[in-house]
Amino acid sequence: MTGESARSGTAIANLRRICEQDLAGAYDLEIIDVLEFPELAEDAKILATPTLIKSLPPPLRRVIGDLSDKEKVLLGLQVQPKPGATGTDEVKK
Amino acid sequence: MTATETQQAVEKIPTGISSFDIIAKGGLPRNRTTLISGTAGSGKTIFAVQFLAAGIAAGVPGVFVTFEESAEDIRKNMLSFGWDLTKWEKEGKLAFVDASPDPSVETVEAGAFDLGALLARVQNAVRKVKAERVAVDSLGAVFSQFSDQSIVRSELFRIASALKSMGVTAVLTAERVDDYGHIARFGVEEFIADNVMILRNVLEDENRRRTIEILKFRGCDHQKGEYPFTIVPDSGVIVIPLSAMQLSMKSSNVRISSGNSSLDEMCGGGLFRDSVTLVSGATGTGKTLTVAQFLHGGARDGERCLLLAFEESRDQLFRNATGWGFDFEQMENDGLLRVVCDYPDVSGLEDWLVTIQATINDFKPQRVALDSLSALEHVGSSKAFREFVIGLTSFIKHQEITGLFTSTTGSLMGGDSITESHISTLTDSIILLRYVEMFGEMKRGLTVLKMRGSWHDKAIREFTIGKGGMNMGRPFGNVTGILSGTPVHVSPSDLERAWSRLEGDIADRRRPIEPPQSD
Repeated sequence: MTGESARSGTAIANLRRICEQDLAGAYDLEIIDVLEFPELAEDAKILATPTLIKSLPPPLRRVIGDLSDKEKVLLGLQVQPKPGATGTDEVKK
Repeated sequence: MTATETQQAVEKIPTGISSFDIIAKGGLPRNRTTLISGTAGSGKTIFAVQFLAAGIAAGVPGVFVTFEESAEDIRKNMLSFGWDLTKWEKEGKLAFVDASPDPSVETVEAGAFDLGALLARVQNAVRKVKAERVAVDSLGAVFSQFSDQSIVRSELFRIASALKSMGVTAVLTAERVDDYGHIARFGVEEFIADNVMILRNVLEDENRRRTIEILKFRGCDHQKGEYPFTIVPDSGVIVIPLSAMQLSMKSSNVRISSGNSSLDEMCGGGLFRDSVTLVSGATGTGKTLTVAQFLHGGARDGERCLLLAFEESRDQLFRNATGWGFDFEQMENDGLLRVVCDYPDVSGLEDWLVTIQATINDFKPQRVALDSLSALEHVGSSKAFREFVIGLTSFIKHQEITGLFTSTTGSLMGGDSITESHISTLTDSIILLRYVEMFGEMKRGLTVLKMRGSWHDKAIREFTIGKGGMNMGRPFGNVTGILSGTPVHVSPSDLERAWSRLEGDIADRRRPIEPPQSD
């Protein structure tokens, strides 16, 4: 995310909705403001904002944009849109 | 401070890149972004890194943003130029923003995005090392990382203007498809175009020729046109400024000996201290002898002499010199002679110029002889050759060194060479050596064709070669047509007739001209 921008807000809202609807709440989300922590963006080699990184379960996946295209988000994350999915999805943003 | 004083002209910062500051008339405009466009392999990345390296050498920290090669690759590649990026990073003088693509991570675009994270990283790096210089390499690679090009375009514009507001001087590289065509791919010059520079790497007659051109510097002056440059290990980009060098040459009235007293007399008392003399003649007329005399004369007067030999091996040269009575070995042991012997083809003309300049700076000779220019003629295109000669003559004149170059004429009798027609205007004096056929015998003739700023003997004199060098004899009084290669012997009575006719001509010309009758 970059600060309190409108696009950041849209992305967070979109992501929460996808997670609640399709991952049945089985997720762990961390939101990072790159303006505040540019070193983290440097370490993860992130260029675009917003960027969604799925670190667990492997493989590592990235989705950029405001996440308005739900199909693409699910495709990019390679997670099954199955209600009541088990396991923990930790999502860093 | 008055209002007019606050409106200053664009200030420039010296880049520290060899001779680039001359063609840029001071350096890159401060606090602006400069686009460096070039085809693949034209030296963009090297220029960008060198811009930072030169800054760091002058105590100015820098940030390198890479979109193409990984930071690790750049650190490794730049070691060959003697730039230890890792060391500078540890010392806090340099920071990388590694934005090179990572093939192991798959990225999907889902909706609108911006490059805010990249901007935050650049700003952070600039803050961290207190950078005043930023290099971005290369813009085209950003476009290939994202599918939405309009976003990339507007985001790059945002980053470029952010760089300006950060108060840094930046260079941004961009690819182009042709050496002569659109400025850059993706039309980046349309939005980041305060200043545009173009690097070219053109194939000419099977030789690569690198040139640099400053296309525009908004609001300030620069040299126009393409300037050749070369990339050398240990130093990086070296620009060869041609016109800029010639302007500030001094002129000396001090005469030095050519190593042969008769030749000195013919030249009106010797060669000028900072002059360049061209010795032209067919093979075997005594060019290398003239060179050897010149070097021997220098060493005799305690001057350091540099010989650049492209035709004969060192052993051959030393043996021939001994035959003429010159002890090159002794001169070398005394530290008065250095001989550089090599095949002309081992490097390009730009590289030769840089090598020769480095040798001159190292040895600091008072005399430089080059035998022969003709051997170098075919190393590059005729344009590159001309630039080489201009570069070399202006360099040695600048250092107040006396130069003696030889050139071989193609035909045995008379004629001129391509070399001559190229460079005769650049040299101060021309000495011609010619074969003269006389009654079944080949004789050698010498004439001083041109001697800038001095009286000189106009006669074509016969000379013989023996111990001690040239023995100058009498002028060829009764032979005409030596220079054109068709010597004709004239009988004394014919000669007298010719003279009287000539005198009549002169008398005719001295008669006052009648004013034209007005109607």
